[in-house]
Amino acid sequence: MAVNTDKNSYTIIFAVAMVLVVGSLLAFTASSLKPNIEENKRMEKQQNILYAMGINGNESTGDITFVSTDKVAEAFSENVSEQIVLEVKDGKILKEMTRDEFMKSKAQGAGKEPYLIDIKKEQAKAKNGESRFLPLFIGQQDNKTVYVVPIRGKGLWDAIWGFVALDEDMVVKGTFFDHAGETPGLGANIKQRYFMDDFYGEKLLTEAGVFKGIKVAKGNNDPVNNDKDDFEVDALAGATITGDGVSAMIKKDLKLYLPYFKNLKKNNN
Amino acid sequence: MGLLSKKDAKLITDPLADNNPITIQVLGICSALAITAELKASLVMGIAVLFVLSVGNVVISLMRNIIPSKIRIIVQLIVVAALVIIVDQVLKAFAFELSKTLSVFIGLIITNCIIMGRFEAFALANKPWQSFLDGIGNALGYAVILVIVGFFRELLGSGTLFGIPVLGDPIGSPETGPTGVYAFGYENNGFMLMPPMALIIVGLIIWVQRSRNKNLIED
Repeated sequence: MAVNTDKNSYTIIFAVAMVLVVGSLLAFTASSLKPNIEENKRMEKQQNILYAMGINGNESTGDITFVSTDKVAEAFSENVSEQIVLEVKDGKILKEMTRDEFMKSKAQGAGKEPYLIDIKKEQAKAKNGESRFLPLFIGQQDNKTVYVVPIRGKGLWDAIWGFVALDEDMVVKGTFFDHAGETPGLGANIKQRYFMDDFYGEKLLTEAGVFKGIKVAKGNNDPVNNDKDDFEVDALAGATITGDGVSAMIKKDLKLYLPYFKNLKKNNN
Repeated sequence: MGLLSKKDAKLITDPLADNNPITIQVLGICSALAITAELKASLVMGIAVLFVLSVGNVVISLMRNIIPSKIRIIVQLIVVAALVIIVDQVLKAFAFELSKTLSVFIGLIITNCIIMGRFEAFALANKPWQSFLDGIGNALGYAVILVIVGFFRELLGSGTLFGIPVLGDPIGSPETGPTGVYAFGYENNGFMLMPPMALIIVGLIIWVQRSRNKNLIED
């Protein structure tokens, strides 16, 4: 069968057929795999929150091992004693919701488990001048209460995000960072233990209680991070923009929780 | 090589040396610069390209007589993109950990000029089996260079291989100080982590290769 493949009509028919075949193939793949992918993402979030809290499967000093996928649901309900959602606008807390209240709420972005809150969408809401939700996950570390909060920002190529565990004085008790597409060997190293561990014990507030954040700083002459009062951790070589992104998201997103921690302090005293 | 005829075997061995996609055809340089800061990433990228190029070559070869020549580039692009997306989705559903490691590469595969180059230059004019071999050969040729570059960049830039320290500990414990070669004052060369050094290493490989085989030198 000799077909004249140069004819315009043939070209158009071929293009349409190709789009239909490839399009339906992709749609079929995406929809049939969606439940699996969602489940994986859900477990990953639980693993990340537990990791920031200090609950993991780490064996040596270099590796990052999460609670295994078959045990993560159990570990999550066991260790995260409370999930709280704050509704904030312009730096003021409008409402504080428990998990049950949040799951019953009909508001946009609500009505699901607080750890599934889409931070990207919440940030967009705040940008449009609407109120946004801030989730908090409460657990225990060394018999002290820790509060895990999500953060999200921009790296060099794509989004970066993470979870930070704080005690009630806003001292970092654990972190987890991840990224969508930073350069392997450079910016992608924010996901390495030696970078995450540097944050442990760093303070976010000055003595006077002013929010300062933590800067990922180059040449701070403290590569093993012994100085916990300098509001700085050592940067990664060759990853300036990713490091700046980490500093920025810590500063921006953690500051949102400042009113909550101030209230906490007031109520405890 | 009892399985393959001499001509078929050449399809695999040629791109490994005398017709290497990176050093001779100078394709795929972009990804060779971007991701070779560590050995593991280089290897993973090599395997990913191996898969996409061999399967893609077969698909294009099967369709070679019915593809309208006016839109053949777009058709090739769709085939690569569809393959890459399917692989990405399947990995996310069944091998989530692996898909996290691969995240950036998946996107980079589509832009890899070797793939389009082989579709255009080989698969459109040859039978599926030969195209498959050509895909394997070129992907291996690409992977070999990536691994060589990744090896030197990770070793000299970070002092590690596959993330394992091989030159000692540059900081060490407070009591003993640096260990291994770092104890003698050696320092990692941070410049090796930058993309320009990948280009220089590729240049050195090209130099070595051409000085050993004078036939490769053009006038």
